[in-house]
Amino acid sequence: MKIAISAKGRQINDSVDMRFGRTEYFILTDENGQLIDVLDNAAQSATGGAGIAAAQAVLDSGADILITGQLGPNAMRVISSASIPAYQAVEGTILENIQAFAAGKLSKITESGPAHAGQR
Amino acid sequence: MLKIAVLSGKGGTGKTTISASLASIIHGCAYVDCDVEEPNGFLFLNPKLDCNEQVLVQVPQIDEQLCNGCGACVRICQFNALALVRGKVLVFPELCHHCGACSLVCEPKAITEIDRSIGNISWSSNSCFFQGRLNIGEPAGIPIIKRLKQEVSKKIDLKAAVFDCSPGASCSVVNSLEGCDYASIVTEPTPFGLHDLKIAVELVREMKIPAGVIINKSGDQDAIIDEYCLAENVPVSLRVPYSRKIAEHYARGILPVEDDEALAISLTELYHSIRGEVCS
Repeated sequence: MKIAISAKGRQINDSVDMRFGRTEYFILTDENGQLIDVLDNAAQSATGGAGIAAAQAVLDSGADILITGQLGPNAMRVISSASIPAYQAVEGTILENIQAFAAGKLSKITESGPAHAGQR
Repeated sequence: MLKIAVLSGKGGTGKTTISASLASIIHGCAYVDCDVEEPNGFLFLNPKLDCNEQVLVQVPQIDEQLCNGCGACVRICQFNALALVRGKVLVFPELCHHCGACSLVCEPKAITEIDRSIGNISWSSNSCFFQGRLNIGEPAGIPIIKRLKQEVSKKIDLKAAVFDCSPGASCSVVNSLEGCDYASIVTEPTPFGLHDLKIAVELVREMKIPAGVIINKSGDQDAIIDEYCLAENVPVSLRVPYSRKIAEHYARGILPVEDDEALAISLTELYHSIRGEVCS
């Protein structure tokens, strides 16, 4: 299983980034927290549609699961069209979130957060 | 037609008060509300808006039968208006900037461009008043501003037009300024007024548009603006004194020139000096 998680740094002990579209990195790990890859989030500096571009990057990485703080309506549309389950991150490190997910302690994101731009 | 843009940088400095006043006292001068996100000039000028037109933009529509899911359209889009999900293209029309690149690169010709309304323009048949209005929730009003200016340009009998810009110095303001002969930058003698004035001055310089500054709510703090204008060699063309009466009138939708003859005279003089400067 490949888990994508929005992150403030490139290491497993760095903090989770509660932003999705504007996160600094996406860290890809397996369910044991074994690092697979790190993606720089190119969408971070996009003038618009950051959530869509970030969601596209997560899709293209082949992730099976997403852990992040909040998904805007556009990002939500991409992620849910791809049937990738998204889980609500908790404040803490990447590793802590992976462990919480593995223990079934993270809840699913079923509703999108507020739009920032480009969506009614 | 003499085209005068009224901009400010900072919001609430008095763009609409100045531009609507100017247009109302100069015969043959149109008022054009380019602040399409929240046009308010009509509150003061009470126009009869008997002409109007939808503003349409073209956005992609995907024929799923023809689409082969190659993703070329998603990669070419500079505005993240498309996504490729499991071989299917998702379109986000609100983010589309209508450049048409997606349909150009689509080899199986699966993309057609369809009309989408983002707002409207309306105007009075006597050509005194024009305004654009962006639909609620739409992020970008540039096509409305462009269409609005095109409509104004058709009215060849107009002597002049005053373009009331949106606040800030964004693309909307750049588009409103484009093709204008002169820019009046309205500011107020506060640190915020000065900060945004600098940005507005930089913008008009970049666009090579001659400009003058109007200090609204003028009083004993003007030095903050005067020092900057002197150092940067930008003329202060008018001062409108701080006045509670102007604010009270504004709240009732009454322009200050309706009962302030001194201001009406100053604005008329300003208009003639702009005309002299531009046409010389």
